[in-house]
Amino acid sequence: MKTWIRRRSIAASAVAVAGVALAGSQALAQTATIAVGAPVTSLDPHYHQLSPNNAVADTIFDKLVNTDAQSRNVPGLATEWRAVEPTVWEFRLRPNVRFHNGNAFTAEDVAFTLQRLPNVPNSPSSFAVYSRPITRVEIVDPLTIRLHTAQPYPLMPLDMTNVRILDKETAENATTEDFNALRAAAGTGPYRAVAHRNGDRIEFERWDGYWGDRAPFQRVNYRMITNDAARTAALLAGDVDLIDQVPTSDLARLRSDNRVRISETVGLRLIFLGLDFQRAANENSPFITDNDGRPLGRNPLRDVRVRRALSMAIDRRAIVDRVMEGAAVPANQFLPQGVFGFVADLPAPAYDPDGAKRLLAEAGYPNGFRIQLNGPNDRYINDARIVQAIGQMWTRIGVRTAVEAQPWTTFVGRAGRQDYSAFLIGWGSNPDGSHPLRNIMATFNSERGWGASNRGRYSNPQVDDLLAQSLTELDEAKRERQVVDAMRIAMQDVGVVPLHIQTNIWASRRNFEHTARNDELTRAQDLRPAAR
Amino acid sequence: MAVYLVRRLMQALLVVLAMSMIVFVGVYAIGDPVEILISPDADQLERERAIRALGLDLPLWQQYLVFLTNALQGDLGRSFVFNEPALKLILQRMPATLELAFGAMFLSILIGLPLGLYAGLRPNSPASKTIMAGSILGFSLPTFWVGLMLIMVFAVQLGWLPSTGRGETCSVLGFIGLQPCNAGLQWSWLTGDGLAHMVMPAVNLALFKISLVIRLTRAGVRETMLMDYVKFARAKGLSASRVTFVHVFKNILIPVVTVVGLELGSTIAFSVVTESVFAWPGMGKLIIDSINVLDRPVIVAYLMIIVLMFITINLVVDLTYSLLDPRVRLESKGT
Amino acid sequence: MSQAVMDGAAPAAPRKDKVETPFRRFVSEFAESKIALGGLIVFTIIALVAIFAPWLAPQNPYDLAQLDIMDGRMEPGTVGGAGFTYWLGTDDQGRDMLSGIMYGLRISLSVGAGSALIACMVGATLGLLAAYAGGRTDTVIMRLVDLQLSFPSILVALMILAFLGKGVMNVVIALVIVEWAYYARTVRGTALVERRREYIEAAQCLALPTHRILFRHLLPNCLPPLIVVATMQVARAIALEATLSFLGLGVPITEPSLGLLIANGYEYMLSGKYWISFYPGIALLVTIVSINLVGDQLRDVLNPRLKK
Repeated sequence: MKTWIRRRSIAASAVAVAGVALAGSQALAQTATIAVGAPVTSLDPHYHQLSPNNAVADTIFDKLVNTDAQSRNVPGLATEWRAVEPTVWEFRLRPNVRFHNGNAFTAEDVAFTLQRLPNVPNSPSSFAVYSRPITRVEIVDPLTIRLHTAQPYPLMPLDMTNVRILDKETAENATTEDFNALRAAAGTGPYRAVAHRNGDRIEFERWDGYWGDRAPFQRVNYRMITNDAARTAALLAGDVDLIDQVPTSDLARLRSDNRVRISETVGLRLIFLGLDFQRAANENSPFITDNDGRPLGRNPLRDVRVRRALSMAIDRRAIVDRVMEGAAVPANQFLPQGVFGFVADLPAPAYDPDGAKRLLAEAGYPNGFRIQLNGPNDRYINDARIVQAIGQMWTRIGVRTAVEAQPWTTFVGRAGRQDYSAFLIGWGSNPDGSHPLRNIMATFNSERGWGASNRGRYSNPQVDDLLAQSLTELDEAKRERQVVDAMRIAMQDVGVVPLHIQTNIWASRRNFEHTARNDELTRAQDLRPAAR
Repeated sequence: MAVYLVRRLMQALLVVLAMSMIVFVGVYAIGDPVEILISPDADQLERERAIRALGLDLPLWQQYLVFLTNALQGDLGRSFVFNEPALKLILQRMPATLELAFGAMFLSILIGLPLGLYAGLRPNSPASKTIMAGSILGFSLPTFWVGLMLIMVFAVQLGWLPSTGRGETCSVLGFIGLQPCNAGLQWSWLTGDGLAHMVMPAVNLALFKISLVIRLTRAGVRETMLMDYVKFARAKGLSASRVTFVHVFKNILIPVVTVVGLELGSTIAFSVVTESVFAWPGMGKLIIDSINVLDRPVIVAYLMIIVLMFITINLVVDLTYSLLDPRVRLESKGT
Repeated sequence: MSQAVMDGAAPAAPRKDKVETPFRRFVSEFAESKIALGGLIVFTIIALVAIFAPWLAPQNPYDLAQLDIMDGRMEPGTVGGAGFTYWLGTDDQGRDMLSGIMYGLRISLSVGAGSALIACMVGATLGLLAAYAGGRTDTVIMRLVDLQLSFPSILVALMILAFLGKGVMNVVIALVIVEWAYYARTVRGTALVERRREYIEAAQCLALPTHRILFRHLLPNCLPPLIVVATMQVARAIALEATLSFLGLGVPITEPSLGLLIANGYEYMLSGKYWISFYPGIALLVTIVSINLVGDQLRDVLNPRLKK
């Protein structure tokens, strides 16, 4: 056991020494160990649309369009792209790129990848959405590819940030198992996977033929430690060099610990309350009664004054400071500042319990009513605690609130069946305002594929119209105005009650440096030895 | 004897069948796997495709029939999450859990039996009282809390042991004919690093069992010492050690064997908490993860394996019973 | 027959001293151990605190209107917004830990004792029946036991939660379902040996009714291991409830048991806010230890074979 500690500290000081001696070229940097909180379920980059899988896929593979730490599009395997016609996108591909097995990257690989997306057997959540708008793939030359669509499609570059490119020769008949066993997992990314134990760890080695900046470590161990406290403990004990999903309860201590460095950025995930719009104004909502527990005979949530009152009654600052320990920003919309579709004139609602009481009285509820607020207890950061805190705040304006938090497995099904009157849920957006609009604020509609996560069934024709226009608008400035207008209308109508946008937090050992990403992905290439 | 075994096997099959049915209905009642697995921004079309892909569009009884038909051919289904055969996933994780469970059982007997014997033979000595008080503490503390305390003290404060995870493994040839494990079973107790990683989880898991063995042994010893045949043996002038180890020991072994046998199964089945606190990549962690995402094929396969294991353990316990105590006859359970 | 005379539940032989009833004898034997007596006293106090918590606690920790997150995670001894001192600090929701522990005791104790009692009754009856009747009855019951023991408690809990929803009663039901089989198996194991003894044969020869043989003759002789198991199961039930809560499957978050209080505070252990988890942990520990001390002594006193 003693030797074990010694070995660790030698490794650590070796890294430190390397940092001093070779500050410029970090050629000698050794091994880094990363511990992530959510298990990676597959190395097949098209099997399951899931953040942990995407993070690992982005380490091994590249996309035509990569994204930087703030989710802005940057050249990946494509060096430039533009709509050559309203319905044709042209991507010029990067020359001299090689896959981990030595094969050259060409347009054939892109065509093959797009064709594979909808054809991954047994996929519980496929990437088919990203190839569906494409009606035809045209290979102009080995380094130019054109994607034809039925209608003008402004989101093509954004979609391509989700498609990891495979080597046609290796992956042609490969199954998900072949990827998990590493036989097919050859990408063009900065690291290649050399070992994989399902749900436990993945080991990466630097790919020396990488087209971009050389990866800083020879070897990276990528471990999954799902227990929050255990993950923090592993960092403090020096077993791992970087952890993600730092529990907010450990944040204060880690910030003051000089062995630890925190990296953080405001994320893209909004925590909000969904409200029952399914029941008409003269129907009973399932978990709302009058103060004596009798049915109310109407659904107060269909009255915008009640919705506004419920929103104003929430002290978002207190939740952010006390429950989230500062690891969030109060919000009144889905996206943070700086992202496409951010509405500048929609500040977080001010805390105003007296105003809320007045609004309630105006709406005909001077003594409030009773409501049950539901939420998950294992899904979002501090979810059950936030639900309780809101219960306190609503009770104080006369809306007596019972609170129930349950595991996501049982919660999400019921929320999807409109079983609840009010519920807490979260949404991680793509960096484009049309994404939350289309999935959450748009009217539920199976043919258009809209409102699939609109669990409260909010519906507003104005929002739908603006969204429809924006989805075929190739002029980015015009498109952004449409998206912003739609979002403003939906939020002023309190279609959902936004609470806060989470901050994504990582903690590393002092001698490492990590670039925080707003898309929550923990990628091996974002970690490097600290500059001295 | 052969008839008895065949009878038990038939019963085992019935149990497995009943259990798989219950799990099917149970998972169906808890929620919809697609709701949990699907990406939030998948549209309705994609949701329908996923439901079909996982075979969840069929009525429940048809899904069950499909499962049974495949199971009879040795295919327990593919994991929704990993898209790999459920059985393979479980067998991959099994060595980790087994070594942890056996490590814990080993510790509990190694520590529990002598302490219990001592406490039973000298019930009034201060040492015995300390042992008994310790045993009470042992099963008073919630496992997860002790686990975290162990990590806090031995990994974070003192830095003696690695905090979590499993160490280096060493491959030993797998069972012959067991295809999924063709790479060989990975054991970590054969390496120093592996052992260092194993110490805390094994102690954590063993704590409860140690207390149990201490108490059972002590209770047994105290009762047996008052038995006529022990008094007689002593009166005959047999040495104290002979009385203790031949007459007393043999008799207290029955309850100890029963419980230790039973507990081995439950240690394996319930190592969930220890495995999730220590990020130990065993079957317990797999099952809790699978329950969280309603990965039904894995849940069903896991439970079937556990049921088979339990039935085997029970059978062994019953057989041992009859060897240790001739008054219990196997035939008595037949007709 | 000599065994039957030693049977604790059988009528005591007439004695010269008429004050000596079986109950008094039991009491005086129990009081022989000062530690056990101490355990009993502590347990009585704990039980009283639990029962009278609504009148003793400075705050109703289950009423969201009385909590304020601005008072969250205050150190022991801080005076909060409501004007009284949080002697044991507050948790993340601003819940007074002292009140929380008092109310938590109520839930933990009732869950532990309730489930153990019911599981014991169900399990012991079935175990006796299996051993005594043998044959098909035995087979069916023991296969049920196998079936039961093969279900991880977590899964049983999750299923019950899905069927019935979260709640104290549902946790009790889950614990009973998880634990009855232990009693059944233990009792059957002992009873298999006991039923071959002479006193049972004698009782059978006397043509005593089955239920009388089962509960008056067989059961008392199966008690010692049953009490060992029951003692451990009360402790185990409370700890299991804590574990279920730890995994997010136990009692509702707004009405925390001791286990849930510990689980809540567990996340704050590393950041130095020890009191959220520490004090409920101590309360849990003291409770379980006192129960076990009492159980230990009970076993020695009730065990017919330990009497000289």
